[in-house]
Amino acid sequence: MKARIFVTLKNGVLDPQGKAIHHALEGLGFGGVNDVRQGKLIELDLADGTSDADIEAMCTKLLANTVIENFRIERA
Amino acid sequence: MKSAVIVFPGSNCDRDLAVAIEQVTGRAPAMVWHRETELPDGTGLIALPGGFSYGDYLRTGAISARSPIMDAVAKAADRGVPVLGVCNGFQVLTEAGLLPGALMRNAGLNFICRDVALTVENAQSAFTSRYDAGETITIPVAHHDGNYFADADTLDRLEGEGRVAFRYAEACNGSARNIAGILNAAGNVLGMMPHPERKIEAAHGGTDGRRLFEGLLETVGA
Repeated sequence: MKARIFVTLKNGVLDPQGKAIHHALEGLGFGGVNDVRQGKLIELDLADGTSDADIEAMCTKLLANTVIENFRIERA
Repeated sequence: MKSAVIVFPGSNCDRDLAVAIEQVTGRAPAMVWHRETELPDGTGLIALPGGFSYGDYLRTGAISARSPIMDAVAKAADRGVPVLGVCNGFQVLTEAGLLPGALMRNAGLNFICRDVALTVENAQSAFTSRYDAGETITIPVAHHDGNYFADADTLDRLEGEGRVAFRYAEACNGSARNIAGILNAAGNVLGMMPHPERKIEAAHGGTDGRRLFEGLLETVGA
C-alpha cells in the first residue's frame, strides 16, 4: 500500500525558493507565470492496513512542520 | 557547573561549544550522543550545538528533534534547567516544540557567514544578565536557514513578554522583526542563530560571546 504526502507552505509564509524559481522561469522567457510555490512530495510504502490516523500522525509528528506547512495525504 | 553538549550526527560546533563552556566554567561538559535517553545526573546546563545534523534532511533540525535524547532535554527544560540552542541547535529547539516558530531558508537564499551586530533586547534572562539592554554586540552567524518565522500573534506575544533576547541590528536573513534569538515563556530556553561560542577569547577577534556563558555560570552556580 502506498501513500503520497504533499507538503506545501502555508499561505502567508514567504517562499524565497519559489521566488527564485519564478525569476528563473521568467529568465527563460516563460511569460504568464503569476507565482511559484515550492513544496515536497513524500512517498510512503506502507504495510497493508496502516490506518489513516497513523498516516496523519506521521505527518503531524514529523513529515510536515505545521507552523509553516500544510500537508495533504493521497492514498494510492 | 555540570553541563552537557548534545551531539547529533552532523553537529560540527559541538567541540567549539564545549571549549567555550570549559573556558568559562572551568569544567568540561559531558558530550552526550543523541541516541542516549538520559542526561548525566545533576546536569545544570544543556547546550545544543550548530552544524548540519542529518544533513538538514527533511527540514533543518527536524530529524534531530525526534532523537531519543530530546525527551530528556524537554523534561530538564520543564524543570527549569537552562537549555541553549545555537544555530542548528535553535532549529532543533523549534522543531522539538521547545521554542515557537520556525527557521526557514534565508530570504536572499545565500549562506551567510560573517560577523553581525546584535542588539540585546532582554538583559534579564539567565543567558543575558551580563549584557546591558539595548547594547550592541558583535557575534558571527554562519547559516543557510536562519530566517525566523512565526505568525503575527506569536511575534506580538514574544515581544510583549520580553522573549526576544537578541535582534539583528540590521536586516540579515529575512527574519521576522529581525529576530536573532528568543526565549521560552519560562526564560530558561534560549535559541539563537549567531554563535556566541565563536567570540570567547581575543584571538577570535572579539569576546562578546563570553558574557553569555559567564551569565549562565552566575545563574546556575559553580
